[in-house]
Amino acid sequence: MKKISKSVVKKDHQTKIDGTAWYVGDYPQAGMLHGRIVRSPHPHARIIEIKPYALPEGYFIVDHRDVPGINEVHIVKDDTPVFAVETVEYIGDPVLMVVGPDENTVLRIAGEIEVVYEPLPATLDVRDSITTFFDYNFGKGDPDSAFANADKVYQEEFETGYQEQAYLETQGMIATFADGKLSIHGSMQCPYYVHGAIAKALGLTPDRVRVVQDITGGGFGGKEAYPSILACEVAVAAYHAGGKPVRVIFDRREDMEFTSKRHPSLSTYRVAVKDRRVTAMDIDVIFNAGGYTTLSAVVLQRGLIAAPGVYNVENLRVRGRAMKTNTVPNGAYRGFGGPQTFFAVEMMMNHIARDLGEEPLPFKQRHLVKQGDATSTGGIYHFPVPLPDMIAEVEQMSGYSQKRATYNTAKPERFQRGIGISIWFHGAGFTGSGERDHIKAVTRLHKTTSGYVEILASQSDIGQGIKTTLCKIVANELNLPLERVTYNNPDTDRVPDSGPTVASRSLMTVGELLRRAAIHLRSEWKEGEDQTVEERFVEPDFVIPFDIEKFQGDAYPTYAWAASAVEVEVDTLTGVNKVLGAWASFDVGTPIDYNIVVGQMEGGLMQGLGYASMEQMATDNNGRIRNNSFSDYLIPTSMDVPVLEVKMHVEEYPLGPYGAKGAGELPLVGMPGAYMAAMEQALNRKIQHIPFSAEDALLGATQE
Amino acid sequence: MDQGIEFQLNGERVSYTGSATTRLLDVLRDNFALTGVKCGCKEGECGACSVLLDGKLVNSCMVAMGRVAGASIVTIEGYSKTARFAALNAAYAAVSAVQCGFCTPGMILASEAILAKTPHPTEEEIRAGISGNLCRCTGYNAIVTAIQSAAKEGNGLW
Repeated sequence: MKKISKSVVKKDHQTKIDGTAWYVGDYPQAGMLHGRIVRSPHPHARIIEIKPYALPEGYFIVDHRDVPGINEVHIVKDDTPVFAVETVEYIGDPVLMVVGPDENTVLRIAGEIEVVYEPLPATLDVRDSITTFFDYNFGKGDPDSAFANADKVYQEEFETGYQEQAYLETQGMIATFADGKLSIHGSMQCPYYVHGAIAKALGLTPDRVRVVQDITGGGFGGKEAYPSILACEVAVAAYHAGGKPVRVIFDRREDMEFTSKRHPSLSTYRVAVKDRRVTAMDIDVIFNAGGYTTLSAVVLQRGLIAAPGVYNVENLRVRGRAMKTNTVPNGAYRGFGGPQTFFAVEMMMNHIARDLGEEPLPFKQRHLVKQGDATSTGGIYHFPVPLPDMIAEVEQMSGYSQKRATYNTAKPERFQRGIGISIWFHGAGFTGSGERDHIKAVTRLHKTTSGYVEILASQSDIGQGIKTTLCKIVANELNLPLERVTYNNPDTDRVPDSGPTVASRSLMTVGELLRRAAIHLRSEWKEGEDQTVEERFVEPDFVIPFDIEKFQGDAYPTYAWAASAVEVEVDTLTGVNKVLGAWASFDVGTPIDYNIVVGQMEGGLMQGLGYASMEQMATDNNGRIRNNSFSDYLIPTSMDVPVLEVKMHVEEYPLGPYGAKGAGELPLVGMPGAYMAAMEQALNRKIQHIPFSAEDALLGATQE
Repeated sequence: MDQGIEFQLNGERVSYTGSATTRLLDVLRDNFALTGVKCGCKEGECGACSVLLDGKLVNSCMVAMGRVAGASIVTIEGYSKTARFAALNAAYAAVSAVQCGFCTPGMILASEAILAKTPHPTEEEIRAGISGNLCRCTGYNAIVTAIQSAAKEGNGLW
């Protein structure tokens, strides 16, 4: 283990554990106004009228007419209004906000205000949608010939459901408008996304907007784009609040029902096999985008690029569409499109192996990509692919092959066991040329006269430990004790835009910039002087530039790799299953802090298992999210996975700091494939959808 | 004459004069500024607002103030001044069991409740003891390890 991997006490440990850390909901409320959003009760409707309401003194309402700038939330395509104008597009679409000094009174008024709507036809099922937000097509080789020459062609459809981020701290913002400047702080992953969105909505120059990230109680993607939406709404209210702070903290139900989730998907895989080898894939992916586009374009892109999995498929055709429905807009969630297609391709490979009379693992092993192979987009796997060794590690930890063989010949008894394996990657950092063309990250180090060094960057510590790992990198290069390097929560008045905290990019990309900045500072270090150095992103030389129109080139400079086995036991009488164990090998390059990285891996793995099993979220026949509480949407507890074992496999990335590459999202991405493969063995049948409930298990049992 | 509801809060006698139906969670946060008591759901499902009521772990969002009369309440603010906390703190720090931190104060009090009842718990007892406290970040392994380690290192404290 490298010295840098040795764990330290996290920078934010003490105040979080002793309860003194302030999250946005913890600020004293004296003098603050409270806001409550009034939302559409219809999936699709025309707004006819907001009925006049005799507001008590000190209370006011803001709607789209009160937006001083442009009534659009800047995300990717700016079709999300701050407040709805003529129509509402989903149940929960914000129409107005009630603001005032007493929270209970605000809630009462919000409940009493009458908005008159004329309901319009709504599209609730993605299969019925005729509105295409995004449609991407790419491929390589000659799939038509491969299908024409195939021994056999397989076709299956796979479906995945919603997943709710379920961060323990709900969304919240507090904004103040004073002296022509809008200041806002709250729970968020991307201060500069919020900054840009507010500047546009309020019509302010960038210097008149200040965004500060509060200590954030989990994000998992749910605080990537959604905070921009909430921030604009709260900022508009603050703009009209006469200098008083306006506070909006969601309760759990509002958060679960109306904030973005993982896109439900439908994927159709058509696969050509010749001489027991996959020769072509023709993949059609549909994501349910919801009412507005938000991040659907980029989530879909990542999902499509991963669609053939970790397999070398020479002839490929991929089509992907994000379709509009009149449901809550879906967005970023750890894995960002990858979990949907990796589930599909892993199951597809299992099913083909089964049909060929071969065990899935050796079948998959025969198809693994290796260094130098072409990626799905005609880029190259530039660096070694350590999957064979990682699979061997998982074999050893889990006893996979022996258990697999035992369970294959099990007698039909009430309790059936199964074990499954899944193999996957996560493209490290932004998709395509995002870093080069859009983010253009800038970081600085500031040394004080007393020799303390402050990191100036816009990364948010949302629990993943970035405060600690970035400080470790800088301290290491400067040979300083860790206490002498500090990183405060980003404040856009003080820090440059080093980009958002997304895409497993912070440590790999910004960490490397800071490492270089530290080397720079070291070379110019003058004792007792105030010094600042700056470092800007430069795309690595080896990267084949990515063309997003054609989906050609290196979508990612490198990849993080994973293999996992899951063992389950199913009670075939009740359908209830329990996970007996989960074992995984993860390669995220050099761990910059061993405990921190293992914590990311274990937590992400658990979210992936939840996604496939108990995390069931659906809409009712009016398009409303039914599962809006922890009573109705279950996430894993300490009892659900008693054995969870993770091994770190290190394949260093030469351009990441000390060989580190993206980590945060990887562990979630392929877990559904391992869990469902285990369930398939236990139930002895094909599974084509997640989440998979006890009822699903029973349904199959009675059918067979 | 209304004396209000009197109770012990982190070792001090205090009085609350509002409604007996108000949630303990809201009183702790709003009236006593004890914001280490986190609100994750207000429905008794997540455990972020866990406090000790006469030594027992409760979700403070599920306790009405009327129930608190004469009782002793310990929140993270009081507990963090104890030697037992110091042992748990060191154990959590050593394995980086704190990620986003929102569940942590509740988790620490759940840890205390486990160890107060069973000074040397089995892994199963630990997992059962924190099963009412949701953590979305860690996958729970680090927390279980931390509690095991606190039990060992803090031998005699519980």
